[in-house]
Amino acid sequence: MTDPEFHLNCPLPLANHEQVLLAHGGGGRLMQQLLEQVITPAIDNATLQSRHDSAVIEVGGQRFAFTTDSFVVRPLVFNGGDIGKLAVCGTVNDLAMAGARPLFLSLGLIIEEGFAMERLQGIMRSIGSTATAAGVIIVTGDTKVVERGKGDGLYINTAGIGIIEYQQQIAPASIRAGDAIILSGDIGRHGIAIMTQRENLQFETAIASDCAPLHREVAALLNAGIEIHCLRDLTRGGLASALVELAQTAQLGIQIDEHAIAVTPPVRAACEILGLDPLHVANEGRFIAIVPQAHAAAALERLATFGTDYAPALIGQVTTADPGLVTMTSLIGATRIVDMLSGEQLPRIC
Amino acid sequence: MKYIDEYRDAAAARALAEEIRRITKRSWTIMEICGGQTHAIVKFGLDQLLPPEITLVHGPGCPVCVTPVETLDAACTIAARPEVIFCSFGDMLRVPGSAVDLLRVKAQSGDVRIVYSPTDAVAIARANPDRQVVFFGVGFETTAPANAMAVYAAAQERLDNFSILVSQVTVPPAMIAILSAPHNRVQGFLAAGHVCTVMGFWEYEPIARRFRVPIVVTGFEPIDLLEGILMCVRQLEAGRSDVENQYARAVSQGGNQPAQQLLREVFEIADRNWRGIGVIPRSGLRLREKYRSYDAEQRFAIATAAVARETECISGLVLQGIKKPHECPAFGTRCTPEQPLGATMVSSEGACAAYFRYRGRIASK
Repeated sequence: MTDPEFHLNCPLPLANHEQVLLAHGGGGRLMQQLLEQVITPAIDNATLQSRHDSAVIEVGGQRFAFTTDSFVVRPLVFNGGDIGKLAVCGTVNDLAMAGARPLFLSLGLIIEEGFAMERLQGIMRSIGSTATAAGVIIVTGDTKVVERGKGDGLYINTAGIGIIEYQQQIAPASIRAGDAIILSGDIGRHGIAIMTQRENLQFETAIASDCAPLHREVAALLNAGIEIHCLRDLTRGGLASALVELAQTAQLGIQIDEHAIAVTPPVRAACEILGLDPLHVANEGRFIAIVPQAHAAAALERLATFGTDYAPALIGQVTTADPGLVTMTSLIGATRIVDMLSGEQLPRIC
Repeated sequence: MKYIDEYRDAAAARALAEEIRRITKRSWTIMEICGGQTHAIVKFGLDQLLPPEITLVHGPGCPVCVTPVETLDAACTIAARPEVIFCSFGDMLRVPGSAVDLLRVKAQSGDVRIVYSPTDAVAIARANPDRQVVFFGVGFETTAPANAMAVYAAAQERLDNFSILVSQVTVPPAMIAILSAPHNRVQGFLAAGHVCTVMGFWEYEPIARRFRVPIVVTGFEPIDLLEGILMCVRQLEAGRSDVENQYARAVSQGGNQPAQQLLREVFEIADRNWRGIGVIPRSGLRLREKYRSYDAEQRFAIATAAVARETECISGLVLQGIKKPHECPAFGTRCTPEQPLGATMVSSEGACAAYFRYRGRIASK
């Protein structure tokens, strides 16, 4: 065989995105860029800049948390929950992550023409029972119907207000070098549950979403007198995106240990098969608490009383090394960077 | 998890690394061919455990990275047609053609769908008789049998609305090309375990003899890779150049015979263009005459035009193991996963993306 003639070519792709892509909503780096370059500049203010799950606002000497979130999940009903449960839990959790006791929610429904009434009733029952169980009251709402083909069955928006009854400043700005990072349970269940159902992938063990309200766990920490520097629930971008965002906002380093991060065998197996990293897979019922080392043991003890399958764990610490970077000691003892995804996590070819 | 946990054991990894260190007397450069192996090496930090004499270089085995720009352009053109449902594996969607990528075509109203198997695309064709369903048949010997099966099944059913855009490449000619190049630095290979699951390793024996290089068929877990490196270094230190099989739990010398038979039924060997490298003779597969009517390029009369070359990206050198990703002046600055100059920064199996995600900014400090 003759030697091939090597040409080193690689044409330059378009640098800027002329359209919004699905990946802009994936919770990764592209979403950050969309927020930083298009959305935030038009409405910028000090409260937005704190980059917290909820805005913390002060009225008459009392502090409140205020947040909103929209839910466009497909399928609408999945193993472990549905879009209604998700809409209530998501907003309750955003309030809880500011250390607030959730009080009131609003509910906006955008329903596609032709949507089955019985399905809507089922989802409404789920919204009602989840709100009751979480101790929040839905006090206002809005309902719109759009033409067939112009919605994905049902979209939900919820906003919420909670009251902050503690003096602690729970926010990325309070994170200090030396703080302990506590993860409240295992990761990856919600994303895998959704993906397996959406794509009709069959695994031996059905994987249920971890979708759940988290305010009671946060309240338990606060009532125990634990000093909390920051909280973050793990949603779309998974554990990796949450940690990277916090490291970048606080301009500190975060070191974590792969051994300490629990992933159930079925979730691990699904991730292996699909070529996904559990660190990037979505969750809806897990959070990280960043607390001083001296409070870590007590925090773990309090969280353990909530009895998830996997105990809460100390997974790492905040450092002054590598500001803005998250590094992880791998299973075999080497160090690597943990990064945000660019956009959506896409299954690999092989 | 069985077959996973025991291959990620920290104590076993340290013991293997220690043995590699003990037997290494000279400097050696070893190439892992497969992008999945590159990903695992960087993700687990395996190279950090090796003695400084051992240099791992990364090969051309990322199917996403080596798919030519011209083929991506053809994919985008076909996917933009209103009558087409374009089906692809997920990680091809982000790879830039000369103007757009499939994700952008999707955003501009193309019906682009992610599938997990080419037979899913056949099922979509069956369910949508009034649409043209095209599957993007990309990859090495690992994906080829399933792609062949999809074409075979469509032919059996006479599904006239199914076709495949083929960009199928094979490993041994690429190894020969790398070893034949005047600036080659590769002294030993870790062959890709899952390619060998299909093809066996009989094709590698003449290569090992002709170029006097050891070739070790290797799996993808940390222990697999360290064992593969150890076996390769043992051969190099002893002056041997044999084909050995570390991945015996999955690979036999003859490979999967029914899969190979199906490949021969549907595909024939052809010259192929590799992105960043150029044309490698007899390094690809194309549909045989009997199945040519299922060729999407022919069905949609797509003429692939050569694309102007951009010189800044060194992915061709990276794919041949001549340069490491962080030796590129654009790495991590003008070239990032969000604004990649080349496919090696796009694909999760690409060496540049793996370095950027897991190592790059530490290594560059």
